[in-house]
Amino acid sequence: MTQPSDISSARKHETLVIMPAWNEAEVIGTTVREVFEYGPECDVLVIDDGSRDNTAALAGEAGARVLRLPFNMGVGGAMRTGFKYAKSHGYTQVIQVDADGQHDPRDIKSVLDGLRDADIAIGARFADKGTYEVRGPRKWAMGVLAWSLSRIAGTRLTDVTSGFRAANEKAIRQYVDHYPAEYLGDTIDSLVVAVRSGCKVRQVPVSMRERQGGQPSHDPIKAALYLGRSGLALLFALTRKRSTPSTN
Amino acid sequence: MALIMGLIVVVAILIYVFEMLRRQKLREKYAVLWIIVGIGTLILSIFPQLLDQASSLVGIQIPANLLFIMTLILLVGVCLHLSHEQSQAEDEVRILAEEVAILRSDLQDLRALRPPESRDAAQHPVANGRPVADK
Ligand SMILES: Nc1nc2c(ncn2[C@@H]2O[C@H](COP(=O)(O)OP(=O)(O)OP(=O)(O)O)[C@@H](O)[C@H]2O)c(=O)[nH]1
Ligand SMILES: [Mg+2]
Repeated sequence: MTQPSDISSARKHETLVIMPAWNEAEVIGTTVREVFEYGPECDVLVIDDGSRDNTAALAGEAGARVLRLPFNMGVGGAMRTGFKYAKSHGYTQVIQVDADGQHDPRDIKSVLDGLRDADIAIGARFADKGTYEVRGPRKWAMGVLAWSLSRIAGTRLTDVTSGFRAANEKAIRQYVDHYPAEYLGDTIDSLVVAVRSGCKVRQVPVSMRERQGGQPSHDPIKAALYLGRSGLALLFALTRKRSTPSTN
Repeated sequence: MALIMGLIVVVAILIYVFEMLRRQKLREKYAVLWIIVGIGTLILSIFPQLLDQASSLVGIQIPANLLFIMTLILLVGVCLHLSHEQSQAEDEVRILAEEVAILRSDLQDLRALRPPESRDAAQHPVANGRPVADK
């Protein structure tokens, strides 16, 4: 045991699955149970982001540890909380998994394996596996983002907005230091700054499933807005200073 | 001369905004606003004739008046936006205070529940009967 502090006794495994969830009562129970069943040995942390339904209770019943945020902070804010939790409890690797069941728990292991020769591993949807499809402006935006981030990271990335990503201890420390809560900042900005600060990224092909229930978050108008905002997010990311995470 | 002065001021403000962004002292949502304002002013100070054309288009005799009106509207907009953000922040602080108060009373209840001798036993997770994170 590296940390004799009292809080580390809540940790049973070395790996933490972080699941941001907002009004996902319909699916959260199944998703958590599936992670325990098909995923590797791990603890599951559900960050309930001010849900108006009983997401938190259902997640707890399914065996997850639940953090309830008192108001909605967005995926970025929720993930920050998760990374802080992971750091203070001494987890050596974390992986973000969507609460809506779109990330196949059977892929968790292969994404985590990506950490063997990288600090951040991204489970990518379009890497010739699975049938998930997006169209229109959102697709173009994703293409441009993928191209520019591939150049920055120095490796081929096809799905940079994927929330299915794993991080090792170094990347956790980096994320705690810099992980914007803004829309799209959580995926794009955090990645750019992590790469600049010396984290190595690689992608792992995964298949993406349909939403297992609940409401999809993107309607066509939002999809068009997505194009502009993602460009902006990239622009902002490029202006950032590289960060030097605290060592404690 | 006045043109160059204006240019210098605008460019300085834009650089300042970008530097704050870079150091993460400014959230994106505010930055977007200031960058738009900055670029607009920049264009106007490079091409002052734009202002003349615009004012004759809207039917305002003195171009400077158009500038004043635009500035006023903009500033009112910014103030409204900030008031909105401030209210939201106050709301969130209030919610946090409520949570802390409830947590504190819960903690007190927990402390009171625990018999005194187990209190030092809590220093050793094993004695406390809880699972120990072992490697
Ligand atoms: N903490 C938190 N989580 C959120 C919020 N909005 C969405 N989520 C979660 O983030 C994950 C992904 O959200 P989705 O709405 O599925 O987004 P998506 O997968 O990009 O898009 P879809 O095609 O609609 O599925 C899910 O686990 C959601 O519960 C939020 O405001 N806060
Ligand atoms: Mg989804």
